[in-house]
Amino acid sequence: MEDKLIIKGIEFKSRLWIGTGKYKDFEETARVIEASGADVVTVAVRRVNITDRKSENLLDYIDPKKYKILPNTAGCYTVEDALRYSRLARESGVSDMIKLEVIGDEKTLFPDVIGLLKATEILAKEGFIVFPYTNDDPVMAKRLENAGAAAVMPLGAPIGSGLGIRNPYNIKIILEAAKVPIIVDAGVGTASDAAVAMELGCDAVLMNTAVAAAKDPIAMANAMKHAVIAGRLAYKAGRMPKRLYATASSPIEGML
Amino acid sequence: MRLKVNGEDRECKGKTALELLKELDIVPERVAVEVNLKVIKKTDFENYRLHDGDNVEIVYFVGGGNSYLS
Repeated sequence: MEDKLIIKGIEFKSRLWIGTGKYKDFEETARVIEASGADVVTVAVRRVNITDRKSENLLDYIDPKKYKILPNTAGCYTVEDALRYSRLARESGVSDMIKLEVIGDEKTLFPDVIGLLKATEILAKEGFIVFPYTNDDPVMAKRLENAGAAAVMPLGAPIGSGLGIRNPYNIKIILEAAKVPIIVDAGVGTASDAAVAMELGCDAVLMNTAVAAAKDPIAMANAMKHAVIAGRLAYKAGRMPKRLYATASSPIEGML
Repeated sequence: MRLKVNGEDRECKGKTALELLKELDIVPERVAVEVNLKVIKKTDFENYRLHDGDNVEIVYFVGGGNSYLS
């Protein structure tokens, strides 16, 4: 049986979602995305530079016909700003999806979950496909689901920290209760972190810095691609139970 | 006409949103436009008339994953 991720009728080819920030140039961004096998690419909304019109457009390198563009509200600290950026993003005409961020603290970049919940509710009513970036809090995940989130995106660790999945038990509880897909967003540092998220049963993983800040981003993108696939396969396979003591796997019978 | 475009005061000739984009050498398909905090639909660019003192924001997509400290 095929194991496809489908959200609101949209079929996703890969369970690795990738960010486009912090790369050397657009060419490297494009090569990383290619190597990662991702079909969801998240982008930020910013002012066009009106004085230097020679600057290139990211979408010249990432074809919206080939990839699913997921605009985000990165950098928004208020509900009003998040709504404003979301509406502008939608009017850009590439997607009704929005990776919703309402940041509550500059130092940790933890979400302001009260604002996030409010914005999720409003945008879902306006027909957006909302992916809120939230804490690893099972109660909030449920609240976001009830507010109309298409999927919930709990953090594994603070954005750009590379600390991995710091609270796998919370993610597990979120997964147990969730009726919408759960996508870990932020915190992944290396391939094993991505595999852990997938082995827990997450539906996908979104990352940016783990790839962009690697010594060789293209090689890391390839590693992440395999980690996400391996983690998903292991989850589907069902891991063996953990035991405290050894259990011999060779027969005693026939020994000399 | 005096407009504020992306935070900068400018003297502009364009009388509509589309004319302004052309004047600034911006491809309309790739951007979203907001005038006085109201998002303008792409199909309305041609007919949306600008007025003296309007606050225009023109945005597009750039590389970015999550919020990060700049």
